[in-house]
Amino acid sequence: MNMLAHQVRADQLIFWRGRESAVFVFLFPVLLFLLLSTVYSGEYRGRPLTDYLVPSLITYGIANTAFGGLAITLVLRRESGVLKRIRATPLPGATYLGATLCSTFLVFVLQATSIMVLGRLLYDWHLPAEWQSLFAAFLIGFLCFAGMGLGAASLIRSAEGASAVVNVIILPMAFLSGGFGPTRDFPKFLQAIADVLPLTYVVDIVQGVVYDGSPIWEHPRAIAVLAAWGLAGTLVAARFFSWEPRER
Amino acid sequence: MAAVEVRGLRKSYGGQEAVRGIDFEIDEGEVFCLLGPNGAGKTTTVEVLEGYRTRDAGDVAVLGFDPQERERSFRERIGVVLQHSDTWPNVTVAETLRIYAGYYRSPRDVGEVIELVGLNAKRDARVKTLSGGQRRRLDLGLALVGDPDLVFLDEPTTGFDPQARRNAWDMVRGLRALGKTILLTTHYLDEAQQLADRVAVLRDGVIVKEGTPAELVAASQTEIRYRENGEVKVVATDAPTRVLHDLTSRAVSEGRELEELEVRRGSLEDVYLDLVREEEHA
Repeated sequence: MNMLAHQVRADQLIFWRGRESAVFVFLFPVLLFLLLSTVYSGEYRGRPLTDYLVPSLITYGIANTAFGGLAITLVLRRESGVLKRIRATPLPGATYLGATLCSTFLVFVLQATSIMVLGRLLYDWHLPAEWQSLFAAFLIGFLCFAGMGLGAASLIRSAEGASAVVNVIILPMAFLSGGFGPTRDFPKFLQAIADVLPLTYVVDIVQGVVYDGSPIWEHPRAIAVLAAWGLAGTLVAARFFSWEPRER
Repeated sequence: MAAVEVRGLRKSYGGQEAVRGIDFEIDEGEVFCLLGPNGAGKTTTVEVLEGYRTRDAGDVAVLGFDPQERERSFRERIGVVLQHSDTWPNVTVAETLRIYAGYYRSPRDVGEVIELVGLNAKRDARVKTLSGGQRRRLDLGLALVGDPDLVFLDEPTTGFDPQARRNAWDMVRGLRALGKTILLTTHYLDEAQQLADRVAVLRDGVIVKEGTPAELVAASQTEIRYRENGEVKVVATDAPTRVLHDLTSRAVSEGRELEELEVRRGSLEDVYLDLVREEEHA
C-alpha cells in the first residue's frame, strides 16, 4: 500500500513535469470543450447545448486519458527501457501498473472537474438530478478504456508509432460516437459504424442520465458492451504485455 | 560462500543457442568479468542471472536464490546497470534516486549515493540535461540506491571517452572497496585487466578461458622473432628457453647473427585475440 502511494506520487510528478503529456492528455479535452462550447450554441432536445457538451467532452477525456495517455505512456516507457529497469527492483509489477492506473485516474478526475467547473462558470451548467449515475457511467467508461489502453500498449510495437496510432483511433471515434456533438443527423452508415465503438455506449448512458433521468442500471446492454471491450483489452494485455523493449 | 554459482547454463533464442553450457563461480566481494566480442553471449548470461530470462538448462544460484523465480527478497539485494535504459527525462537526479529509493526496504541515503557517483553538481538538474557520461553515473546510482550486495554492470563504459572511462573505473574500484560483489561484462581488454579479479573469456556461448588477468597472460606463449635470409620468422612457444637455446646455438655454430632478434611475452590482448580467433581456424 505504501509502495502504491509512493509510485502514484512519483507518476504524478513525472506526468506534470512532462509538459507535452500534460498538455495532450490533460488539457486537450478541456480546450476542446471551451472551443466547441464557444462555436456552437442553441439547444439540443429542448435544453442548452452545454448540457450535452459538458458530459460528452468528459467522455472524450476518458478516451484521451485512460486509452490514449495510458497506452502512449506505457509504450514510451517500455521502449526506452524504463519498465525493464524497474523490473529489476523490488517494486512488484502489479503495484507499478496499479499506480499507473491510479495516477491516470487522478488526471481524469481533475480534467472532468475542470470541464464541469468551466461549464458552471461560463454557461451556468448544473449537475443532473441523477448525478451519481453520471459519475458511475464515467467510472465504468474509464475502466473499460483503461483495459483497452493496456491492450493497445501491448500491441503497439514502437514508440514513434504510439501517438499516431492512438490519435487515429481516438479522434474519429470521439467524433462518430458523439463526444464532440450530437450525431442524430449523421448519415446512417456513420451511425452504424458508431454502433460498434465503445465510446458510443458511454455517451448513450450519459445522455440517458442527462435527458431522460434514467439511472445507470437501466442501461444493462451498454454496460455489458463496455465490460466486453474492457475485458477484451485486458485479455490482450495479459497475453501480450511486455516489460522489455521489442527486439530491434 | 560463492555469491554466484553457474553450472551447465544453456539458453537459446529461436533455435539459436546463445549460451552453450557454461560454468563459473563468483566469490563474495570479487570483481568478475565476462569478456568477449559482441554476440558471445555475455548479455544473455547476465540477464539470466538478473532474473530477466529463464534458462533452458543448468543450475544457477545467485546470492542463494534461483533468479528466475524473481523473488522480491532477491531483487532487494541486486543492483542492475543495463546496457541501454533511460529514466524519466523531466525529473531531476535527486528525484529519480528518491523514487527508486522508495522501492527498497532499506535504501542508502540519496545524498550519499549522489556523492558516491559524483553527481553533486547535477543534483537538481533534470535528467534530460545530463551528458551521456552523467546519465551512466545516474544509472550506477540507481543500481546502488538499494544498497545491493551484488551489482551487475553490463558494458558500463561502451561509448565513453577515455577520461569518462577512467572515472567509471574509479567508481567500480570504489564499489569493490565497499565490499560489493561485481559482475562486469565488457569487450574492452584493458577494462578487464584494470578492474577484474578474475576474467572469463566467452566466445560463441562457451567459456574458452578463465583465470586472473595475470594467469591468462602467464598461460600465453612467448613470441620469438628474427630475420633469416631476409624473411621474418616468428616462433610462438611455451618453452622459450629451449627454443631460444636451439636457435642461438645453431646460429653460433654456423657463425652467423640472428638478425632483429626479439623475444616478447604475450599480453592479455594477444591471449584474447588468440582465443577469439581460434574460431576462424576451426
